[in-house]
Amino acid sequence: MTSILTNLFDGVAYGMLLFVLACGLAVTLGLMNFVNLAHGAFAMAGGYVCMVLVNRMGWPFFAALPLAFVSAAAIGIVLERLLYRHLYARSHLDQVLFTIGLTFMSVAAVDYIQGSSRVFINLPAALQGQFDLFGVGIGRYRLMIIVICGLLTIALQMVLAKTRFGSRLRAAVDDPRAASGLGINVPQVFAFTFAFGCGLAGLGGALSAEILGLDPYFPLKFMIYFLIVVTVGGSSSITGPFLASLLLGIGDVAGKYYVPKMGPFVIYTMMIVILIWRPNGLFGRTAAR
Amino acid sequence: MNASSDVGYHAQRQARWHYGEAAFWLVVLACGFLFPTRYLIMTDILRLALFAMSLDLILGYAGIVSLGHAAFFGAGAYAAGLLALHGIINEPVLALIVAGVVAMVLGFATSFLVIRGVDLTRLMVTLGIALLLEALAERFSNITGGTDGLQGIEMQPIFGEIPFDMFGKAGFFYSLAVLFVLFLLARRIVHSPFGLSLRAIKNNPLRAAAIGIPVNRRLIAIYTLAAFYAGIAGALFTQTTAIASLDVFAFDRSADLMLVLVIGGTGYLYGGLIGAVLFRLLQELFSTITPQYWQFWIGLVLVVIVLVGRQRLHRWMLYVPNLVIKQIAGRKAVVAVPESDS
Repeated sequence: MTSILTNLFDGVAYGMLLFVLACGLAVTLGLMNFVNLAHGAFAMAGGYVCMVLVNRMGWPFFAALPLAFVSAAAIGIVLERLLYRHLYARSHLDQVLFTIGLTFMSVAAVDYIQGSSRVFINLPAALQGQFDLFGVGIGRYRLMIIVICGLLTIALQMVLAKTRFGSRLRAAVDDPRAASGLGINVPQVFAFTFAFGCGLAGLGGALSAEILGLDPYFPLKFMIYFLIVVTVGGSSSITGPFLASLLLGIGDVAGKYYVPKMGPFVIYTMMIVILIWRPNGLFGRTAAR
Repeated sequence: MNASSDVGYHAQRQARWHYGEAAFWLVVLACGFLFPTRYLIMTDILRLALFAMSLDLILGYAGIVSLGHAAFFGAGAYAAGLLALHGIINEPVLALIVAGVVAMVLGFATSFLVIRGVDLTRLMVTLGIALLLEALAERFSNITGGTDGLQGIEMQPIFGEIPFDMFGKAGFFYSLAVLFVLFLLARRIVHSPFGLSLRAIKNNPLRAAAIGIPVNRRLIAIYTLAAFYAGIAGALFTQTTAIASLDVFAFDRSADLMLVLVIGGTGYLYGGLIGAVLFRLLQELFSTITPQYWQFWIGLVLVVIVLVGRQRLHRWMLYVPNLVIKQIAGRKAVVAVPESDS
């Protein structure tokens, strides 16, 4: 019984992490209809920035997290302005080729700068180990992830639903032409959103070093997970990807624990079945216009 | 001349053999005699060319974007490996065809999933199928040998006459023969009414359906055929290298394949062949400069190609040959200009 609860807890933490990693992709892929297979590269950038700050420069972990966000967002906005925006109107094939190229470059570049082995971030003592809550083993680090990601999710939802920027973004996504007719600077909104999504991925990358493992092949290894979250979750709101990440996280942790031999088999099958059954995602509406 | 005979006339003119094509194949054949020390890399290029041709059939002609074409390559590779390892079919050519058919069956079964939905769903589904097969091959390691791969494959002589030698000479000519035969078949197919209908579907599926082309059936047919080709390429891989490991399904393989086709150009059969040569040369070049980080430069090439624009790049590349042809023959170029695709 307690093992079930512990697994559930781990699964939720894992799922939350996936959500933070992938929700930027939900915007680019789902809303802007741009296939960005290089999303994991931004996550990896954030992770490595955090690692260098904490391990080499002795920054406290919690001070390095915002910087992981900022640096990934900065890389995101530079790339968006320089490269990505020329490709919004291109075919999906071009977008795929371009982002695969970027992914390869990022993998080789990180390999060159930091070496190909897995890196770890030195965690403060307060985050290590676990404690028992009514007999259920709760990892401190995972608890922190749930708290941070939970707060982020709520904040995101508030920003999207309540603020002026949120309504601009929703308008720009619903009908870019009408939105620009109303005086909304659509490219700017998209650029900002793209950078913010990259920043979130960077933060996720920093948080995930402990759980998912951080090495130069991160963007390739987890690309499929991000895509699953977005395609299964749909893109009409952030609740869709959120629920999809939780499902995926819990499913993956439980799958690895109870049927370790089946490996990732279950998840891929699930993804294909869902895509065939509901091409626009479980909770989604159409993304292609 | 009425419209339909006019169309037929142009289609037939297009389908006629050019001198350039004959020269191309003669050069390829001559390579086999000119560089006797390079059989292994040349065989590798031939396999890649066949694989790229397979992707070109669905991407260039039918407009299906696939990120998981390695699935069929892998299926063919393992099928050929298992057939040879357990001595079920010892004759390589027969085993090759059987392996191709295995991949073809797989292609037919999955084609129903792939033809549904738009580009994005197709990308995901094809990627998912390749990953699924990789996971399956890892899971049933008692059959596939898991991460170690199939080991100890011993190939019997071709037709019971020509043994595979350690320099890869037999392997090279064997691969070349297979590639040429399959090329002829593909050439016949893309110039047939069937092939023309595929182009119509690629340009506008809705209109194609409106003039009475059974869109879904055509797509299933070409996808199945492409799977057959990829399966043969995979089987050639196993037969000429005598190994089959999990990386036949790897994502890198599918991604590299896209690059091959993009370098060579989609929508004409020589694109895959030329792309395979250029890609391997690039790869060799980069890995001699930076053995560990050649992927970076390959990635850069992809990014640059996309940013410059594939069509523009091909126009530039064909500029000089076209000029020469114009000067000599006094007419417009015969070098195939790849169709635009979007």
